[in-house]
Amino acid sequence: MKELKVEATIENLSKVFTFLQEALDTCDCPARTKRQIKLCVEEIFMNITHYAYNPETGTATIKFSVENGDKPPRAVISFEDSGKPYDPLKKEDPDVEADLDERPIGGLGIYLVKTTMDAVAYEHKDGQNVFTIEKEIGKIVG
Amino acid sequence: MDFEKTENGSTLTVSLIGELDSMNTPELEEKLIKEIEGVHDLVFDLAKLEYISSAGLRVLLQMQKTMKTQGSMVIKNTNDEVMDIFKVTGFVRLLNLA
Repeated sequence: MKELKVEATIENLSKVFTFLQEALDTCDCPARTKRQIKLCVEEIFMNITHYAYNPETGTATIKFSVENGDKPPRAVISFEDSGKPYDPLKKEDPDVEADLDERPIGGLGIYLVKTTMDAVAYEHKDGQNVFTIEKEIGKIVG
Repeated sequence: MDFEKTENGSTLTVSLIGELDSMNTPELEEKLIKEIEGVHDLVFDLAKLEYISSAGLRVLLQMQKTMKTQGSMVIKNTNDEVMDIFKVTGFVRLLNLA
């Protein structure tokens, strides 16, 4: 398992991207899947900076592992923070059928996570928000 | 993230180049708001856009809303992955995709 602990700030998104890139480089994962995972990691990390800690700041811990078992390999990525309890999955989905005039600016991040990942889960455990995503990937290299 | 602009009469074409994420979107948005002042027809060329997150989608949606009141906006050369995101989010219905 690989782990990154950083202050949850917008500027640190680049560190998160570097961490993710290195982790994904060990997987024989299609480029498209990599970009889908990257998108979701960005959305969840930004959610932590906006909702868990705003206006104060705190840390986010991101853990990356690949699980095999009897299923095809899956990237499992969890995000832990000690901010305000916040379950993004409770947020109502945007109306993607709405017309331009009715469409609010925003509210798409978590929706993208829910629609592109194979599994998403939230729990509040030991005073922490724990958000986990899973996505099927290719073989592990080496 | 970079952008290139080409002006042709009342048409402004903006080519987005690279990755549009939460870190670089605010700066791009600020520049674009200035660029589209007085523009009647806006074209976004996404041929070189490799990545877009919800932050970038928000900017495109804001631009579409602004351009609806001052003229038109067209998006061209969207690649398959960005198109996937436009489809999932219903943006295919909101944007004029050439």
